[in-house]
Amino acid sequence: MVVVCPIYRPEQIGPWCRSSVIRVRGRGCRLGWHVAIGHQAKDCVRSSAFQPAPDSTHDWIGPPNRLSNIRPITYHVPAQESALEERLRRLRQQTEVWNHEFWAYQNVAFNKLLLDLFSVLLLALFTGRKHTLGSEEMALFYKSFLDTNRTRHANYNKEWYRRNFRITLLMGRVALTNAWKTVTNRTPSSSPS
Amino acid sequence: MFKTPCTRLSGLVGASVSQKLLGNASINYQTARSLIHLYRKDPSNWITYQQLHFLKRQYVTKGSSELHQRAVPKQTPAIPVLDERDDSVVQRVQHVQAIYPPHPADIMPQPDDVTSEEVVLPVISNALPSAERTLLKKGSERETSNETPHLHVETDEAREARLDRQWKELKVDVSELPGVYARLAKSRLTALVVVTAAAGFAMAPVPFDPGMFALACLGTGLASCSANSINQYFEVPFDSNMNRTKNRPLVRGQISPLHAVSFALACGVPGVALLTLAVNPLTGFLGALNIFLYTCCYTPLKRLSIVNTWVGAVVGAIPPVMGWTAATGSLDPAALLMGAFLYSWQFPHFNALSWNLREDYSRGGYRMMSVTHPDMCRRVALRHSVALVGLSCLGPAAGLTTWTFPLVSLPINLYISYLALRFYHRADRGSARKLFFCSLWHLPMLLLLALTCKKPAKEQSGADLPSANPVPS
Repeated sequence: MVVVCPIYRPEQIGPWCRSSVIRVRGRGCRLGWHVAIGHQAKDCVRSSAFQPAPDSTHDWIGPPNRLSNIRPITYHVPAQESALEERLRRLRQQTEVWNHEFWAYQNVAFNKLLLDLFSVLLLALFTGRKHTLGSEEMALFYKSFLDTNRTRHANYNKEWYRRNFRITLLMGRVALTNAWKTVTNRTPSSSPS
Repeated sequence: MFKTPCTRLSGLVGASVSQKLLGNASINYQTARSLIHLYRKDPSNWITYQQLHFLKRQYVTKGSSELHQRAVPKQTPAIPVLDERDDSVVQRVQHVQAIYPPHPADIMPQPDDVTSEEVVLPVISNALPSAERTLLKKGSERETSNETPHLHVETDEAREARLDRQWKELKVDVSELPGVYARLAKSRLTALVVVTAAAGFAMAPVPFDPGMFALACLGTGLASCSANSINQYFEVPFDSNMNRTKNRPLVRGQISPLHAVSFALACGVPGVALLTLAVNPLTGFLGALNIFLYTCCYTPLKRLSIVNTWVGAVVGAIPPVMGWTAATGSLDPAALLMGAFLYSWQFPHFNALSWNLREDYSRGGYRMMSVTHPDMCRRVALRHSVALVGLSCLGPAAGLTTWTFPLVSLPINLYISYLALRFYHRADRGSARKLFFCSLWHLPMLLLLALTCKKPAKEQSGADLPSANPVPS
């Protein structure tokens, strides 16, 4: 049995993909395709309108999104946020959205293809032509899914590594800057005047 | 019991349609078609793949190296109470057997078919469009006698409240840090890597030096911690989408990426320095090479090409060689033979494991042999299982063991080859699992037998000495 695994372009996934498009073009982002995601509340990374307590000084991390399994983070914006800290926060927020779009699309496309396969086999089951789901059909399906998405995955990997490094470097810079500020702020008070 | 997603899915589909279908074949055929058709309509309401994994699963924990997995049966209660449930509505229905084309003779509903096992079946209820909801309602109205009291529908408010409770503050809890570090460094995997390095050290034909032994083990352990941490740092979004790895510290946000990298550096730099300065430079070089191979070659390659399995096998083969060079300071053919044992062993172990994780690997975008080249996967596993027999015969020739080793190791080697042959022919989950479990005890047994058949140090030089007592290890 030949399993053909088409590449679903975002607009083919159905009326769920509404016209509002999030174009993710970060600095150096070379995804090459746009993901159209409707703005239904349950499809955003944040599935609930949770707001942390106003006196909290930390970031908060939420449960994994049901489509992409990416956990949303609500960032605490300090009163004296430096330009560097703001850059870091925006980069992390943008990366979270970008990750969510990629994985939501990936998981939904995979499940759609899986259900297509099962519905075909179910109908075959009811007409008496087949009685089992063989591992050969599944292997063909998995292989074709990976092969059709090869370039997409490779691009995603490169971009993810790039963003991950950039975020970590920025975090390092922010941490060092804050540590330096703490040390230099402490020195004038300790020196005898 | 480990249940495969395929049988689970057939059970799922069976559970959702069987009640209606067994009642009335022709109408339910239409129902099935329309149900499937409706499911195709709105992707956002589809059952996501995570929700398909609702049955009891075996926990797969890390085994003796990155590629080793040990499945531990999970003792789940009959009604699982999930700590952090997925954002899905949880239903409990009784598991129905896979569905077969209904015979005209027995279209009666068969409540005796249900098993006692309770299955958590996630279905999105309120999120369904109204047409689907009425369809389900119609279905439930039809079953006057077999009404489903197990259906539990969560309101939007309850769902919101539940999700709100799952938000956690990103504050590092110092009391939790040791546990977090243990999971970050994959402590059990590291322990088993250290065991293979210790075996390599013990097999070396030199007087046993406990101090050097401890330093070598410590250095290897630190290097392994560092490599595992970097691996988890690289793979956060992929880990979050696979069931086996979605509770890792970085995925859950227990520590930040910077913290993880700092930990990796704090382990790796002292580890490699210890090996280089306190043990010998060769061991230090091998340790650094292993970290590099694992983090910069194996981890990215997992998503690019099936070659990653061979690279990973080399990564697993290096620790015993490190142990040997720590003891002797030189790379002997015997050391390479020990590495070759580990190298060959990786293939039946990992290929059998990955056979049962094909769905997760495919959806996560991992290119493993079991997904893209299933025939090659089984062939390679068989080939390397048989190679273990040949490598055992090389033991005396390389000066690693005495001539008894090929004989005493023959039974276990033949057994794993037999299981690999069965896996090759049957290509099903049962044979894959059997091969995997066999590999878990096969390696420790092999190392133990090699240790008991270790060539005595004095005889190795070929000189005839009066006191021929073998050096105790």
